[in-house]
Amino acid sequence: MTHPHWNGFAAGVWQDEINVRDFIQHNYTPYEGDDRFLAAATPRTRALMDKLQALFAEERKRGGVLDVDVDTVSSLTSYAPGYLDKDNELIVGLQTDSPLKRGVNPFGGIRMARQACAAYGYRLSDKVEDEFKYRTTHNDGVYRAYTDEMRAARKCHVITGLPDAYGRGRIIGDYRRVALYGVDRLIEEKKKDKANLAKGGFNADSVKLTEELFQQITFLGYMKEMAALYGYDISSPAKDAREAIQWTYFAYLAAIKEQNGAAMSLGRVSTFFDIYIQRDLHNGTLTEEGAQELMDDFVMKLRMARHLRTPEYNELFGGDPMWITEAVGGMGEDGRTLVTKNSFRVLHTLYTLDTSSEPNLTVLWSRHLPEGFKRFCAKVSADTDSIQYENDDLMRPLHGDDYAIACCVSAMTVGKQMQYFGARCNLAKLLLIALNGGFDTMSGMHIGPRMPVMDTLTFDAVMERYSVYLSWLMELYVNTMNAIHYMHDKYAYEKTQMALHDTEVERLMAFGVAGFSVVADSLSAIKHAAVRPVKDELGYITDFVTEGNFPTYGNDDDRVDLIARDLAHQVITELRKTPTYRGAVHTLSILTITSNVMYGKHTGATPDGRAAGTPFAPGANPMHNREQNGALASLNSVAKIRYEDCRDGISNTFSIAPDALGHTPEERVNNLVNILDGYFAQGAHHLNVNVLSRDTLIKAYENPEAYPNLTIRVSGYAVNFCKLSREQQREVISRTFHLSV
Amino acid sequence: MIGRIHSIQSLGTVDGPGVRFVAFLQGCPLRCGCCHNPDTWSADGGTEMAAAELVAKATRYRSYFGPHGGVTLSGGEPLLQAAFVQEVFSLCREEGIHTCLDTSAFVLSEAVRAVLEVTDRVLLDVKYTTEEDYRRFVGTSLSRVIDFLACLDTMKIPTTLRQVIIPTLNDTAESVTALRQLAATHPCVDGVELLPFRKMCQVKYDALGIPFPFAHLPEPTAEQMATLNDLLK
Repeated sequence: MTHPHWNGFAAGVWQDEINVRDFIQHNYTPYEGDDRFLAAATPRTRALMDKLQALFAEERKRGGVLDVDVDTVSSLTSYAPGYLDKDNELIVGLQTDSPLKRGVNPFGGIRMARQACAAYGYRLSDKVEDEFKYRTTHNDGVYRAYTDEMRAARKCHVITGLPDAYGRGRIIGDYRRVALYGVDRLIEEKKKDKANLAKGGFNADSVKLTEELFQQITFLGYMKEMAALYGYDISSPAKDAREAIQWTYFAYLAAIKEQNGAAMSLGRVSTFFDIYIQRDLHNGTLTEEGAQELMDDFVMKLRMARHLRTPEYNELFGGDPMWITEAVGGMGEDGRTLVTKNSFRVLHTLYTLDTSSEPNLTVLWSRHLPEGFKRFCAKVSADTDSIQYENDDLMRPLHGDDYAIACCVSAMTVGKQMQYFGARCNLAKLLLIALNGGFDTMSGMHIGPRMPVMDTLTFDAVMERYSVYLSWLMELYVNTMNAIHYMHDKYAYEKTQMALHDTEVERLMAFGVAGFSVVADSLSAIKHAAVRPVKDELGYITDFVTEGNFPTYGNDDDRVDLIARDLAHQVITELRKTPTYRGAVHTLSILTITSNVMYGKHTGATPDGRAAGTPFAPGANPMHNREQNGALASLNSVAKIRYEDCRDGISNTFSIAPDALGHTPEERVNNLVNILDGYFAQGAHHLNVNVLSRDTLIKAYENPEAYPNLTIRVSGYAVNFCKLSREQQREVISRTFHLSV
Repeated sequence: MIGRIHSIQSLGTVDGPGVRFVAFLQGCPLRCGCCHNPDTWSADGGTEMAAAELVAKATRYRSYFGPHGGVTLSGGEPLLQAAFVQEVFSLCREEGIHTCLDTSAFVLSEAVRAVLEVTDRVLLDVKYTTEEDYRRFVGTSLSRVIDFLACLDTMKIPTTLRQVIIPTLNDTAESVTALRQLAATHPCVDGVELLPFRKMCQVKYDALGIPFPFAHLPEPTAEQMATLNDLLK
C-alpha cells in the first residue's frame, strides 16, 4: 500500500500493516552530535508563552483552578473549538472551549465530579446530575462488587489510592498511528479485526472484545469530527511535520477529552516526529528555527492539559499532575541510537519555554547513548531539575525498542501492551497489623486473620507472622483489582486509547507497595538490635523500644539491603498466586508519588524508630537522613532490588546540592554522567535527579510567589513545588540532600 | 594491615578528579584553627578496618568512576598511617583504580616515599605561604612543604596545591600570588584550588567540647573568592 503523503519515506512492512516501529526503523536519522545546532525561541513563541504564563499566574491566583465548565460532560465533540491565540498558534486544540478551563468527567464516579466542582467553589449543573442519574458509573459498578473485606482494607488505608472512583489511566495510545496512517485506515483495520473475531465463534471474551471494537471504531469517527471542528481533516496521513505533530496531538487530545485517567502519558513521539522534520528540512520547507517552534507549540499545548480533581486526590498525587510522560532517547535493537535531533529539541523546550513539570520528560538511559546526548541531559538536569532517567538497557530486552513509560516508571510496548493500574498497599501498616494479630490501632478496626498479639519480637517469629498477613493481603489486593478493572472496562472503557492499540493486547496488572524502606529498616532493627513492643491498655502494640544499633537501608550494607530485596520478591511471589482479570501479567512497583506523606499519616510508630503519623520515604528511597556513607552508597542499596521482581518500576529520587556535584558546571555535567552510568550499569531502574539546595526549597516554601516555576522531581514525576500542599512541601524539604563535606 | 577510618563518603566530587570514593582517616598531628574536621584529630577514634576491606568497599563504586575518578584518602592526616595508605593504594593499583592522596605534607619519611610510589595524584594543602605564618599557625616549617614538593617533582606525581582562604590571615593578593609562584616553580603542580574557610563545623567543636579557634573570623564572600581566583588565571 502507498500514499502520496508518504513520498520520500523508505518502504517497509509498515505500509501493509499498522506498525509504527517498522516505519521508524526504516526512516529515522540517528544523531550523535551535541546541542550546538539548537535554535532559540522565536519572538512569536515567546509572545505566546508570555500569554500562557499570564494564564498560569491567574490560575494560581484563583486557588489552582482557572475555570470549570459545569454544564458540559467532557467528550471529544462536546466543546466548541478553543484557542490560546488563534492567529499565532501552529498547533491547535484545547480540552474545552477556552484555555485552562476544566471540563467535568463523571464517568469514573458522579460523586467525585460533584466534590471536585464544590472544592473550587463551583456547583455541578442539574443538567449533568440528571444525565447521570440513570447511568451506572465505574464507581457504582465497583461498589456493587466490593466485599466487606475489600471495603475494610480500603477504609483502614492498608490499600489506598485505588482507581475505583476516577479514571485508571496508565494506558498509552499509540497516538502516532493517526499521523502515519490517517484515521480512515485505522478504522478499516479495526473493522477487519472485528469481522475476523466473529469468525471464531462467540464466547464471553470475544463478545466483550467485539463490543469494545465497535466502541473503538465509533470513537475514531468522533476523533475525525473533533479535528473537523478545528478545520482539519485527519482521515488521511499527515503530509508534513506540522501535520504529523498536529494529527498526533489531536489523537492525544481526544484521549484526554474522553478520559480523566490518573496518568495520561504521551508515549514516545519525538524521534517519530524527527522523521517528518528531517524530510521537511531536506525539502527546504522547514528551518531549524521552525522545527523548534513546532515542538515549542506542541509542548505548550501539553502544558495546558488539565483535569478536575478533588482535594483528596491531590493528597495522594500532589501538584495537579497529568503525567504526560514522553520517553526520549534509548537505543535500537540493531545497536543504532534512537536519539535524534528532535530528542534534543524536546528537552530544549525547558529553556525555550522555561522549566516545567509537564510533559514528564523521561530519558531512556543506556550506556551506549551518544556522549553528546548524555552530556546535554546532565546539563538539563543540573539547570532545570525537570527530567528523570530510566534504564533502557534493562527495559529494552523485555519490551523491545519501541516502548514508552506510563506515569512515572511503568514500561509498556507502545500500542501492544496496556496496564491495569493498581495504586499501592501499605507494607509498613501491614507489619503493625500482623504484630497486633489483625488489629489496626490507627483506625481501631479488626482486619485480616485473627491471631494473638505478639510479645517477643524475634526476627524469625516476626517474619513467619508477616508472611501470613502478606499472603492474606496480596490475595485480597489481586481480587480487589479484578473487581475494579472489570468494572472500568465495563463502564469507563478507554475507547480512543484502545483504538490506538493492536486489537490483541498484552495486559499488565500493576500492583504497588508503600513503606518499603520503613519495613526493611524495621526488620533490620528486629534482627540486629533488641526491639521490645510497648502495649496500650487494651493490649495492642502502639510503640517500640529499640536498643542497640542496626544497619539501615541506604548504606550499601547487605545485612539490611538483602532484607529489602527479599521483601520485594516475597510480595510479587504472593501476588502471582492469585489469577488476574483477563489474564493480565502481575507486575509490581515501588513508587509512592507524593502519597508517602498520606500513607505515613495513617501508620503507627514502627520498630525502626519512625514516629506514628510521620511520612515514609518516597518510592524505594532509603528513609530520610539515615544514609551514613554518602549518595552512591544509597544508590547501591536501591540498585540491589531486582527489576525482575518489580517490572512496574523502582523509583528513586536523588537530590544533591550543586557544590556537592563538582566545582564547575563542566565538572558537574561530567560527574552526573558518570553517576548515571554507574547506577544503571548495576541494573538499577530509575532515578529522579534534583540539583538544588535545601535553602532554595525553604525560600520557596516561605515565599512561593517568588518561585512560580520552581520545578523539582519527586517520585517518578516532576512537580511545581508551589503546587504541593504545605505538608508535602515540608516532607520534600526534610528529605536527604547530599552535601559536600 | 589495619587502619583507623573516621568516615567514608561514597560520592566525593571535590577531592580529586571525577567521581571519587573518599575515606577520611583518623588522626592528625596538626591543630589548624580553620580545621573543619576536629573529630578526626584524635589518633584513637574511628573504626578499625583492614586495607583489603576498605578497597573491597571502594570497588563497589567502580562503575561510577568513569575515566577520571577513583579513590581518595584524606583525613585527618593520612600519612600518619603511611603503611596502611601504602597497602590501600597498592591494592587499588592492582584493581586499576586511580589513587589520590590529600595531605598537609607534614612528613617525608621512607614510609611516605613508599606511599608516593603508588599515588597517582597528590592534593597538597599549603596552609600559608610564609615561614612566619607557618610557624605561628601550624607550628611547623614551610620547608617541609617545599621538600615534599621537590620529592613530588622528582617522582613526577601530578599535584594540586590547595589553600583554605581565611580572611585576615591569607586572603591578600600577595599571599595568593605567592601561592601561584610556588606552583610555578614546581613542575609537578598542574593546578591550584582556593577553598573558602567555612564555619559550618562549629557544631562539631561544640559536640567535642573544644573551642573553635577561628570562630571569630569571618567567612570569605563569593566575590572575594572570585577576585582571588582571578589572580590564578
